[in-house]
Amino acid sequence: MKFSYYPGCTLKNKARALDQYARACAGVLNIELEEPDNWQCCGGVYPLGRDETAKKLSAVRALQETKEKEQALVTLCSACHHVLKRVNDDMRHVPEIRDKANRYLELEPPYQGETKVLHFLEVLRDVVGFETLRKKVTHPLTGRRIGAYYGCLLLRPGKILQFDDPENPKILEDFIRAIGAEPVIYPYRNECCGAYLSLKDPALPAAMCEKIKGSAAGFGADLLVTSCPLCMYNLNRSETKDTLPVYYFTELLAEALGVKEDPAVSEKQEEGNP
Amino acid sequence: MQRIGVFVCHCGSNIAATVDVKQLAAYVKSEPGVVYANDYPYMCSEAGQAMIAEAIQKERLSGVVVCSCSPRMHEATFRKCAAGAGLNPYMVEIANIREQCSWIHKDMETATQKALVLARAAIAKVNLGTPLQEGESPVTKRALVIGGGIAGIQTALDIAEAGYEVDIVERTPSIGGRMAQLDKTFPTLDCSACILTPKMVDAAAHEKITLYTYSEVEKVSGFVGDFTVDIRKKARSVDADKCTGCGACQEKCPSKKAPDAFNRGLKKRSAIYTPFAQAIPNVPVIDRKTCIHFQTGKCGLCAKVCQAQAIDYTQEDEIITRKYGAIVAATGFDMIRLDRYDEYAYSQSPDVITSLELERLMNAAGPTGGHLERLSDHRQPKEIVFIQCVGSRCADDRGKSYCSKICCMYTAKHAMLIREKYPGTKVTVFYIDVRTPGKNFDEFYRRAVEEYHVDYIKGQVGKVAPQPDGRLLVQGVDLLDARQLQIEADLVVLAAAIEPSEGVRPLAGMLTAGIDTNDFLTEAHPKLRPVESATAGIFLSGVCQGPKDIPETVSQAGAAAVKVIGLLAKDRLRTNPCTAMPDVLACNGCSACANVCPYGAITYEEKEVAAPGVRETRRVAVVNSALCQGCGACTVACPSGAMDLQGFSNRQIIAEVDAICR
Repeated sequence: MKFSYYPGCTLKNKARALDQYARACAGVLNIELEEPDNWQCCGGVYPLGRDETAKKLSAVRALQETKEKEQALVTLCSACHHVLKRVNDDMRHVPEIRDKANRYLELEPPYQGETKVLHFLEVLRDVVGFETLRKKVTHPLTGRRIGAYYGCLLLRPGKILQFDDPENPKILEDFIRAIGAEPVIYPYRNECCGAYLSLKDPALPAAMCEKIKGSAAGFGADLLVTSCPLCMYNLNRSETKDTLPVYYFTELLAEALGVKEDPAVSEKQEEGNP
Repeated sequence: MQRIGVFVCHCGSNIAATVDVKQLAAYVKSEPGVVYANDYPYMCSEAGQAMIAEAIQKERLSGVVVCSCSPRMHEATFRKCAAGAGLNPYMVEIANIREQCSWIHKDMETATQKALVLARAAIAKVNLGTPLQEGESPVTKRALVIGGGIAGIQTALDIAEAGYEVDIVERTPSIGGRMAQLDKTFPTLDCSACILTPKMVDAAAHEKITLYTYSEVEKVSGFVGDFTVDIRKKARSVDADKCTGCGACQEKCPSKKAPDAFNRGLKKRSAIYTPFAQAIPNVPVIDRKTCIHFQTGKCGLCAKVCQAQAIDYTQEDEIITRKYGAIVAATGFDMIRLDRYDEYAYSQSPDVITSLELERLMNAAGPTGGHLERLSDHRQPKEIVFIQCVGSRCADDRGKSYCSKICCMYTAKHAMLIREKYPGTKVTVFYIDVRTPGKNFDEFYRRAVEEYHVDYIKGQVGKVAPQPDGRLLVQGVDLLDARQLQIEADLVVLAAAIEPSEGVRPLAGMLTAGIDTNDFLTEAHPKLRPVESATAGIFLSGVCQGPKDIPETVSQAGAAAVKVIGLLAKDRLRTNPCTAMPDVLACNGCSACANVCPYGAITYEEKEVAAPGVRETRRVAVVNSALCQGCGACTVACPSGAMDLQGFSNRQIIAEVDAICR
């Protein structure tokens, strides 16, 4: 199945692993990820000002282009997923934003939120199916106790993202089971990591991440998975007594599918991490 | 041609301040059929009614239009007045110029114009009206109460005391309901079982009351005064006549793995069981899903130890069919599931419990013998946090929009009882508002705060985070202090919202009783008919109608009983003649009407249809006028216009529309 694929900026430098492992896995899962030529940065943060339409335009461009191709738009980064889905929801439900954006971009017929936005995890759950995924796993991660770290952007606002129950999510746990490992439930898996506060006051995210990692380790997790480059950054930056390694979920997926050592992947990995 | 009198009411200034009543009375005189028109300050008063009666006789009126308030308010009044003066009451029509005109408009000129239009429509309808005669139907002098909790028990006792036969159908093996699970009751703190069990015994011993426990209503047909009900008496696998209630079978039963529903799953029970020691009847049932004999064919220990030889593995479900004049729904409530509130970690920690679970943990007959302890390590908790409004007053679709009404009071009760029994315990309550509108209720809550020093914090809890060591970290907000809080607790109690019991929706379907979006059964009028369903002969008692506490439930149970007694006291019932009437010549038996009828009033018969040039036998609709409630759905659904509602005929409705558009 063919999807438009919106990698987002971070996946082109800091978070190359998130991107490259996904691409490596796509082939095994019979998924084609087609990256459009002209995508622009989503902005990274959904603008909360009700009159801030300009900052939503790059997302609208990506959504419109995908609509023309009659594909669904897949993304990997929690933040891109959050921004694209929320802007799409605005285009569907908020007439002022929809009209303004369409007028400015001179879209005819106007874009009205027709494109379906999917996180890669949703593709695994709803298109591939975790049961099918389980069957495709060649190197199950047996014995590894993994804490799913959702953060906030992947889940909230639940009504708009329609991703999973924000208070009791299970998509990552189901994913962890599908790749043969054991999920560890801990209370802070859906709490914020501190996000961009790391720019203003690094002590805050550090304290928050310490709580998250301490709790996960306390309940017996050996490692954490995330789909968010910013969570990854904050979690790795905080120095805690619990030095839990943090992985992108795609890396573990690649390992389970036996494509982690794919030379093409490791080569690109090295390029990305000078 | 009709001779119509029009009577315009001022309703004090309610109508007269916005509608020019004198002018209206003058205008309508020129309407076709109108021979008399007048106005009066209070038409519903004795003098106003006398004016109508006098005009009916003097002017030989054949129809009356009263321009006044909503027909819900005084249609019955004016019909009775007309009947007293010798006019068929169904020739009276109300033009609602108060709720639908004067109350919602400001400008007198346009309001008067609108009042005239409304009057015209009513006059046009009366011009095409025909006198209708009320029918009669018999009354079976026996009532059915569905649900054996305090609501059902009280309703049944009150009906039985008046001398009528009552059957109680209870789904579980014993009557008693939720109240039997409670420890103490607010605001007097008397023991729930002590005040309930005598009532249970009374109900069981009453010669007019028959209990069908471990039974469910399976089918309801018929109509007010003459319902026919199928009751499924589930196989107990124990002969109730032989059983002495000694309890030996329960002791010896080797299968003790089933979650004990009466103890909210906090304990296991045997496969053969009575839900609690004071159960009525004191006859156990075998839960066949967990019974070794039923699952493997082996065991049979209970039969061996039973001295009375009461165990009967061959017993089968029995269907009992009975006739009733009235049915009372008293199906009660349950607590909501907490799956969607996992921020409170109910699924993650055994030490996060619901208030009903706490009731069992504090009850001397409960799983811990009344000793309050954590389920995880059996330690007595030292710091307890209560969270109110879990799932109640919820702004999104996760929970319930309504206030569950009983939680503020029972939380105050729990907090107080814990501080009384374990004075060293720190007790904190998070609340949105504390609502205590009841006799001696606020005093009770204040005692919790002032005498028992329960720490009430206005604010909500965002998360309960279980710690690896088993403690619970409660993250909340203190709104009055505008600060975030982190409280360590070793027990968290959730005052979960209450909702109508499972299965009430299909039951409402069987009873054709109205039900709201929250699955509460709807009363016929929120203020004036609070214990009746809109369906005649169906009455409501207890929480199935809306959240309420025990005193309120008992009051409503009594009120429902009085309504039932009033119905059963009659030998025959008058039936509303405004029912659907098919024109057999136009009916082609397509079933469209029966498909939309919410009351099951339409059936089909092979009938001989005779008209000039036609003589054939074909399938046509037949309306049971005792079942028909006159809703009119069939008249709209009928593709050939064969269905007409008497008193609201299609011609009359069209004439009204024409008059409005004129």
